[in-house]
Amino acid sequence: MLTELRRGVLFTIVTMVLFGGVYHLLIWSIGRIFPRQAEGSLVRRADGTVIGSSLIAQKFTRPQYFHPRPSAVDYNAASAGGSNYGPSNPEYPKLVHEMATASGSGLDPHIPPAAAELQIARVARARNVNPATVRELVREHTEAPLFGVFGRARVNVLELNLALDQELPSSAPSPRSGAPSPRKRGEGLSRGTFSECPSPREAGRGWPKAG
Amino acid sequence: MEILAVGLTIALTIATSIPIGRYMARVFSGAKTWLDPIFVPVERLVLRLSTVNADEEQDWKAYAKSLLVSNVVMWLATFVVVTLQGMLFLNPDRIGNMEPALAFNTISSFTTNTNLQHYSGETGLSYLSQMIVITFLQFVTAATGMAALVAIIRALGGSRLTKLGNFYVDVTRAAVRVLLPLAILVATVLMWQGTPMTFEGAAKATTVEGREQAIARGPVAAEVAIKQLGTNGGGYFGPNSAHPYENPTPLSNLVETWSIAVIPMAMVWTLGQMIQRRRLALVIFLTMLALYLPLVAFIESQELGPAGSMEGKEVRFGAAMSALWAATTTVTSNGSVDTMHDSLTPLGGLVPMIGMWLNNIFGGVGVGFINMLIFIVVTVFVTGMMIGRTPEFLGKKVEGKEMKLASIAMLLHPLLILGGTAIACAVWAATKDPGTALGWLKNPGAHGFSEMMYEFSSAAANNGSGFEGLGDNTPFWNISTGLVMLLGRYIPIIAPLALAASLAAKPSAPEGAGSLRADSATFGLALWSVVVVLGLLMFMPVAVLGPIAEFLAMR
Repeated sequence: MLTELRRGVLFTIVTMVLFGGVYHLLIWSIGRIFPRQAEGSLVRRADGTVIGSSLIAQKFTRPQYFHPRPSAVDYNAASAGGSNYGPSNPEYPKLVHEMATASGSGLDPHIPPAAAELQIARVARARNVNPATVRELVREHTEAPLFGVFGRARVNVLELNLALDQELPSSAPSPRSGAPSPRKRGEGLSRGTFSECPSPREAGRGWPKAG
Repeated sequence: MEILAVGLTIALTIATSIPIGRYMARVFSGAKTWLDPIFVPVERLVLRLSTVNADEEQDWKAYAKSLLVSNVVMWLATFVVVTLQGMLFLNPDRIGNMEPALAFNTISSFTTNTNLQHYSGETGLSYLSQMIVITFLQFVTAATGMAALVAIIRALGGSRLTKLGNFYVDVTRAAVRVLLPLAILVATVLMWQGTPMTFEGAAKATTVEGREQAIARGPVAAEVAIKQLGTNGGGYFGPNSAHPYENPTPLSNLVETWSIAVIPMAMVWTLGQMIQRRRLALVIFLTMLALYLPLVAFIESQELGPAGSMEGKEVRFGAAMSALWAATTTVTSNGSVDTMHDSLTPLGGLVPMIGMWLNNIFGGVGVGFINMLIFIVVTVFVTGMMIGRTPEFLGKKVEGKEMKLASIAMLLHPLLILGGTAIACAVWAATKDPGTALGWLKNPGAHGFSEMMYEFSSAAANNGSGFEGLGDNTPFWNISTGLVMLLGRYIPIIAPLALAASLAAKPSAPEGAGSLRADSATFGLALWSVVVVLGLLMFMPVAVLGPIAEFLAMR
């Protein structure tokens, strides 16, 4: 039994060092080939400060920006999650649409092209530009499914919004000093921030329309 | 178009499982392979440092003893780490110690290859714990299941055999020469696609609209790779592979879906190769496939149908691949998710439950086939009775002792699930104002029942997925599911090991014309029927109370 115990203890220590330590260092070293991805696909300003990650949704409420899908965790990237509403739950969204449904992670960085299309008029109005110009930018930022079949066509909201700011600078106040959005909502679920596509129960509560 | 991706993924996984199965057979038989120059020295080093004599052959009792002793030591060591993680190094986000009841659940969950998580990774574990507790256990517990199956395979192939190999040699080979190379490959693809691998703490961002956003990250790629390959399923972040860092693109989703099923599928071919019964392996594989494909077709019809929605799903995967993942992760006892199962359609949500109830369609690495072996023995017995002959499997008589062991392993599963759910319901019913007093259920009615039943199904099947609307980090759920996971892991390994050893000790008689050959289509059909009928008998009543009642109420 003592031999058995010694083997068990030594095996635990050895494999813990191998798989808990050496393996991680090996993968980390391979990760040097992809330095941008390995640090989390961070997007930076010219001065080096971090705007966010192109893989992680961030909150957008102002009319001149495209808005991401609703988040059950209010885009908290330090504690992510979905709504976990069952289909028979009264809170389960009635509209079968990505803009009314919370994503599983609460951090889905993408919206489908149809959801972007619904927001083009609002964004163009807020920026005082031709909707066709905005539509063209959306088209440029639409990724096709892999090999045409894996996943769905999608638009990265943060990348699209950054491109908007660069190519069609807004006449609205600059983001840092801007007045808070009139549609700013409370804690928790932020369904319906996308005003052109309110779910029935939200429309019933009469939240203000944007634009 | 989306559904084409589902077919392609399944085809790719089956096709690649064949060479991997052959490779594993060579590894476990001690034959040479092309990866030996790199990984054999590592294997030798691990065994030498652990003072294991590689030539020592163990009978089934010694093999089981080594398995249990090593697992107890690992349990204790990792329990100490998580309960003290707040005082240890590699903790840039300053995560505190894990409290004992949650630690009991977490460590039992990861030593049993279940990976049920009552904590959320980014807020509950330090980087050190993610590395030397979670990732470490994801390697060795997957390898433990594979080792147990390899011993059973040797027993099935032997005649008057008592020695089944050496546990430490088998577990080391599985971890170092099968899981490690595949994990390095998968982790590299994931990093290329965007999965982080860094030891720096959370990134602090100031968003475009000027809000502060802390973005949790860490050594993610290393863990996600083995979590998928070892039918572990315990994610780095709370939302598991729905999180964009764990699963950034459609390509990473394809690779991760492949990783869930490829080793469980390959283990069937390994069996055929090792005991030179390729036809038997083919019959079992096709039987498993004939159980798997209808489940996939059904969940696709639900999630892509009029009742389906994108609630809980991610745009970059779409509904079809999300549904495929849900079906695959539960038949294989993996338990990782790329969509929130709680938000599946009522009948779509039934599919993951069926996968866990049967728990033998490809199943967990190693243990899935062990569960199927139980059903094979039962089928041999049933068909033997039907044609009025002594039941035989691979030329060995199946007698009372084997049937008793098979029954113990088979009946334990429904006992744990139904018994656990009944106790939870009784506690719920006996509590005054249970919704606020217990804080368990996020959803009302039949769906709430499903949440509790899903939790025990997941624990007993060592799956680890959840209907996460259940508020499960409470003493009741932590202790009860912790115990269920331990019972649901070790008894269904030890009883079949004893069963196989009992068969191995018997002389092998040539299969006569009167016996039903196990490598025939007739036997495959009988096995399929036995699995379906026993599954219905055991679990149909609770299926009606949960998902089916919800479905009917919503019409």
